[in-house]
Amino acid sequence: MEPPHERVKKIEVQGLRVAFGPKEVIHGISFDVYQNEILAVIGPAQSAKSSMLRCLNRTDIYDLRRKIGMVAPMPVGLPLSIYDNVAFAPRAAGIRSKSELDGLVERCLRQAALWDEVKERLDGLGTKLSGGQQQRLTIARALSHQPEVLCLDEFSIAIDPVTTMRIEDVVKELRHEITVILVTNLVQQARRLADRTMFLWNGDIIEIDESDVIFSETPRSRKTYEYVNGIFG
Amino acid sequence: MIPSPAKFGETQAVRRRRREERVARAAFGVMALVLVVPLVLIVSHLVAQAFPLLSWDFLTTNPVAGMRKGGVWSALLGTIWLVGVSLAVAAPIGVLTAVYLNEYAGDTWLTRIIHLAVVNLAGVPSIVHALFGLGAFVIFAHLGRSILAASLTLAIMTLPVIIASTKEALASVPNSFREACWNVGATRWQTIRGIVLPNSISGILTGVILQVSRAAGETAPIMFTGAVFYKKIEAGNPFAYGLKDQCMALSMHLYTVTTQVPDVPHALPYAIAVVLLGTTLLVNATSIALRVYLRSRKKW
Repeated sequence: MEPPHERVKKIEVQGLRVAFGPKEVIHGISFDVYQNEILAVIGPAQSAKSSMLRCLNRTDIYDLRRKIGMVAPMPVGLPLSIYDNVAFAPRAAGIRSKSELDGLVERCLRQAALWDEVKERLDGLGTKLSGGQQQRLTIARALSHQPEVLCLDEFSIAIDPVTTMRIEDVVKELRHEITVILVTNLVQQARRLADRTMFLWNGDIIEIDESDVIFSETPRSRKTYEYVNGIFG
Repeated sequence: MIPSPAKFGETQAVRRRRREERVARAAFGVMALVLVVPLVLIVSHLVAQAFPLLSWDFLTTNPVAGMRKGGVWSALLGTIWLVGVSLAVAAPIGVLTAVYLNEYAGDTWLTRIIHLAVVNLAGVPSIVHALFGLGAFVIFAHLGRSILAASLTLAIMTLPVIIASTKEALASVPNSFREACWNVGATRWQTIRGIVLPNSISGILTGVILQVSRAAGETAPIMFTGAVFYKKIEAGNPFAYGLKDQCMALSMHLYTVTTQVPDVPHALPYAIAVVLLGTTLLVNATSIALRVYLRSRKKW
């Protein structure tokens, strides 16, 4: 693990507050995300994990969205062919050349560990794939506009454990190329994958540190220890 | 040995539930059937009464002898023109409005007013639309009594329903599809064109086409704005009417023949009704076929 001062900051969040009407759910949190790391965000339900993630991908700024890949909890195969699912974003960005699109589609599907299963039927419908395949298709699509940061929001709640492990391997591989923010309600998943882990609770960061520290016997906060070890949450 | 169901204690409660299920099923079935009976009766009665007059010539010749003889050509063509022009106006405006309301507009006081206007406009009686058309198109816009003025009046009448049905069709496309597109940097228009419209087009078309039968059947809106008692046009020429012309229409023709013309042959009004009904049924059948075809291509 590199020492912190050599890392490049990829995202810097300062005093982020989120409110739905009068109800503030994130109370001014600050943190950095470094290049080529996997940052896990853990915390109980209603701790505003997803709201935090959505803020990173503001829905009205197209340029920003093109730098960020987003994977939602439920797989979404668009009602298009598998090929078109992945080619949708590049086409929207203006890429027309067939050979360029072909290369991109293959690369993204390979990165998402789906290529071998679908290469024979790229013109089949994305919506006809199994849940786990659709989630990998979603990841392939999220990679298709060559984002610098990939956000995964509880990607494994709708898929089986075997596929989950495959996707976890995919995520580990991806770290070499891009930055990954992983929101998860599976503490063990964060432990398996993340370089650093943030513990979010009721809209506040309780602790953010190297995963080794968070999952050790002695994290800085007692609450972190209790959550990670299933004593509350 | 497989135990018989009775061994699992077919209690009185179970038997009662089954009986209730049978009764409910029968009740709903009968109701559905009751709905079909009048339709069959109406159509068969009309056709039986109209039978002596029904022929190809009836469709392609003008009414003659004070509308007591001859066919319905000028009225049939008038209805086709009125409906065609009104749809050409109402469909694009209605669909684009619905796309704006459902895909672009947020929930503001302005869009709420638009919603309210749409809903209320749909509830306005057709005779009120007729008076509006007379004032706005015939007199104020100097269109005179013409196909154009009558079609615009019909368009105003069908517009709110087209907007409502299109909105419904658009809303049936899951939001997760839209978000998935936005998340990869697609603009709203790219999302609408690539995902939303292709997956709602069957519902949109159905809604639009169903308005054809409504526009074809209305008499009131066209009575003051462009339809006339009697007009002779060139037989067999589909362009015998121009936009600035007045025209006959099937609905109005039926009304005048039954109420204004004495000594009409018994079968004539029935035959006109059969043509009017046949036209709308033909359009509805097309819409059903189209819907079946587009549904078969639906992808989720």
